[in-house]
Formats: sequence, structure tokens, C-alpha cells
Amino acid sequence: MNPFTYARAADVDDAVQLAAGSQAKYLGGGTNLVDLLRETLERPTALVDVTGLPSAIEERSDGSLLIGAAATNTAVAEHHSVRTRFPMLTRAISAGASAQIRNMATVGGNILQRTRCNYFYDHAGSRCNKRSPGQGCDAIEGANRNHAILGGSPSCVATHPSDMCVALVALGAVVHLQSTRGTRTLPLTDLHRLPETSPDQETFLKPGELITAVEIPALPFASDSTYRKVRDRASYAFALISVAAAIDVKDDIIQDVRLAFGGVAPKPWRAWNAEAALKGKPATLENFCVAAEAELSDASPLRDNGFKVALTNRTMVAVLDALVREKNGGSNP
Amino acid sequence: MPQTLSINGTDVPLPDDPRVSLLDLLRDHLQLAGVKKGCNQGACGACTVLLDGKERILSCMALAVQYEGRKVTSIEGLAANGTLHPLQQAFIDHDGFQCGYCTPGQICSSIGMVEELRRGVPSHVTDDLSAETIAFSREEIQERMSGNLCRCGAYNGIIAAISETHAKAVR
Repeated sequence: MNPFTYARAADVDDAVQLAAGSQAKYLGGGTNLVDLLRETLERPTALVDVTGLPSAIEERSDGSLLIGAAATNTAVAEHHSVRTRFPMLTRAISAGASAQIRNMATVGGNILQRTRCNYFYDHAGSRCNKRSPGQGCDAIEGANRNHAILGGSPSCVATHPSDMCVALVALGAVVHLQSTRGTRTLPLTDLHRLPETSPDQETFLKPGELITAVEIPALPFASDSTYRKVRDRASYAFALISVAAAIDVKDDIIQDVRLAFGGVAPKPWRAWNAEAALKGKPATLENFCVAAEAELSDASPLRDNGFKVALTNRTMVAVLDALVREKNGGSNP
Repeated sequence: MPQTLSINGTDVPLPDDPRVSLLDLLRDHLQLAGVKKGCNQGACGACTVLLDGKERILSCMALAVQYEGRKVTSIEGLAANGTLHPLQQAFIDHDGFQCGYCTPGQICSSIGMVEELRRGVPSHVTDDLSAETIAFSREEIQERMSGNLCRCGAYNGIIAAISETHAKAVR
């Protein structure tokens, strides 16, 4: 690790002041950043500890939840309202990392965690445009079984590793931001950048901006939502692919639907095309398949990850079918 | 007033260098070598310690300075007056280890796991998220202990030790 100073922020105003005008990084639970510091992939001159900032989970009168960005992953997953009103979020968090890591990791840090692409980490032996802009990418023609099939570019095919974020984008979460220049909000779907020609630029955050909270708007039909993660071992592994889903069916017609994919793209992937293909249609397996194809027809599989296209398709269809069957007491006409 | 954190009931000063992990503080500065450095990157669980006696964390990913004023318990802090913690004894009784390298982390982790079960924290294998109590099952233990690897493969003994020690306490 390179040397850095350390300061604990007393409140949000203090945090953004402490981080202003230096090569500072905000530090949450450290479960990703400490590793990146150790590997010298991150070389800040100052760390501003934001774990003491607001972490409450507030139920608001409009039915939304406001989650302080310093809330731990465990605190969110175990919160009664999250479990009962937005179960896909509890399912997603519980499917990620290990209990120890979930106890440490914060919501803000989870959103801003960096890819686990092996070529990104291998600074001694591999080229990586994300780590060293312009160097080239060894993943595109390398061992890319875990890499992106959607949203990648000739510069980078690394995936965003979060499970939590997949549920959050499906739920239409809005991120609250603050810097010395003021506050603003941003839909989580608009926070992460696709790599295009600058994979080192991973978000649309401005210098010094801090995630202070995440807002989940009311979504009544999310009370039956779920998250399904497919991985190489039963626990404690990153997703090969994952699907977050909620569906609202009345008289066999899909009134509304939310879908997002993990493990397939450089950002948590809201499946807008699939959603559009489903709205107003009968909730049939055939329509689920058509919608999955609408989302995945743009997929660009690499040498080792072509399986993800079919796997994402099948998992999305299976999850929607299971949700509809559950509501119908076991049958999907 | 010096800045301190409590390790097994004793206040110790924070390291001057903020780069020192809680793991290195314990092992290299305080000679508490029970806590183990396995992967040093959050993948194996050998460095698991308890915060405030009940919250399991990975000391390798923790900068010691972040834990100012907190109470940290390592494996050395579990026995009371020379009597092993019941879980320590149960690991011996059930052959919950071979080489023993992962054992301090396994034991601290399982103490934290029982607290999470008691609190009703759901896991990946919990069917009913709205349930306030969670059944203590082999499947739940396996899932909840998945952050602690044992490359000797003593998992059956580990699960037996945890089951025997804590099943009644949870119910």
C-alpha cells in the first residue's frame, strides 16, 4: 500500500470538505477498497472514513425507503420492510459475498465496488485499459468465461460484480449525492458508465461526490419479487449470471414488470427491452421467451462466455414463470 | 487522550500508520497469533474476529484505525478463567479440524453466526423471508459458514460441533 492519511468524517458536510481538493477516496467497510489499496490499484493520498455517516433505513410516507449509504449489507438484508416489501433486495444481498463481508460492506461501497476481472488485478502480467488507459485488454482474447455479453466494448469487457445493485436497478432506486457544490439525485441506472473507449471512467459521479443515501420508490408488486443467482458453487461465489424480477399480472395480462441482470455487463443491467416486450402481453412462457430474446439479441459473447446468453434467457424465463405460478397457487395457464 | 481500541478486554493504542490492518495489528504488533492470515484478501475467513463480542468481520480487510473505540475479540479472548469456550471444546470433541489453521476463524465465525440466527437475519437458503425465527438446520449452517474455508475438509466435524453447542441456545 502507498501511504495515505486517514480521517473519520463526523457528518456528510465534514466528509465532502475532507475529500475536497485532494486525491482522496471515501472508505466504507473496506471489503473492496482495502484490497485495491494493497494491490496498489488504488493510490489515494487520503482516506475519508464514511462509515459513521447516516445508516438508518427510513420508511417514508410516500411508501419509499430511504437507506443511509453507510448501512451495512446485513442491515439492509435483515430489515423487515426490505424483506417483506422488496424481497428481491434481501435475496440479492444474501446471495452475495460471505456473512463477514456483508457485516462490513456498506451500501455506498457496494455500488462503487470495482470489477473482479483477473486481468484488471494482474498488474504485473496483463494489459488492462481500466487500470492503465490505452494499454489494451487481455480479457477480450483471453480467459473470458466470467466477462460481459452485454454493454462491453473493444476496450473492456469486465463485469460489475454486485448482486445488490441488480435488485436496486430493477426496483428503480435513486441515489442521493452530495459534494461541496451541493446535492443532487441520480437514478442508479444512470450512475455507472459503459466502458466505450474509457473503461477507467466507471461512473458519472463528479469529483468528490459522495453517495449519501439510496432511495427505493414504492412498488407494491415488488412484494413478490425475487432474485436468482447462478454460480459455479452453491455459496460465496460471484454470479455467472443473475436475474432480479418482479411481475404484476391481472387477468393473465402483464400490467407491469421489472427485470435486471447481473454478471453479464459492465454495469447492473436493467432489462428495458425485455420489460417493454412484456407489458400488456399475456403472461405466457412463449412471451417470456420472446422478451428474453428481445433483451439478449444484442449480446456479444466472447470465446468462453457464450453459455451466458442461453443461461440468462432460461433463467429469466424460469424466474418469471415461478413468480406467476406462485401467485396463481401453482399454475401458469 | 490516546486513541485506542479494545482487544480481548485490554485497551491498546491505534497504530500510527493507517495502513495497518486489524489482522496485522493483532498478529504482528500484539503477538496474538491465533488469528490467522490465510488469503489476506477476504476470500478464506481464517482472519475472522468478533466486534462487540458478536459481529463477525474479516480482520484482513479492516484497517485498524477504523475500529477506534470498538471491542474486538479474537480466539485468545474466548476462554474464561482457563476454561475453553463451549465451542472450542466441541471442535475438539467432534474433530472439527485437522491442521487447525482455519479453526480460530471458524470458531469466531460460528459465534457470530449464532447471533445472526438469534436475531433472525435471513440467509440465501431461508425460504420464508417474512418469518421472524429461522430454523437451525444443517443447510442453514452450511450456507452461513460458507465464508470460512477448510482445505482439510473437516466440514462435517465443524457442523457437528456448531450444532451440538448452539442448537438449544437458538431454540
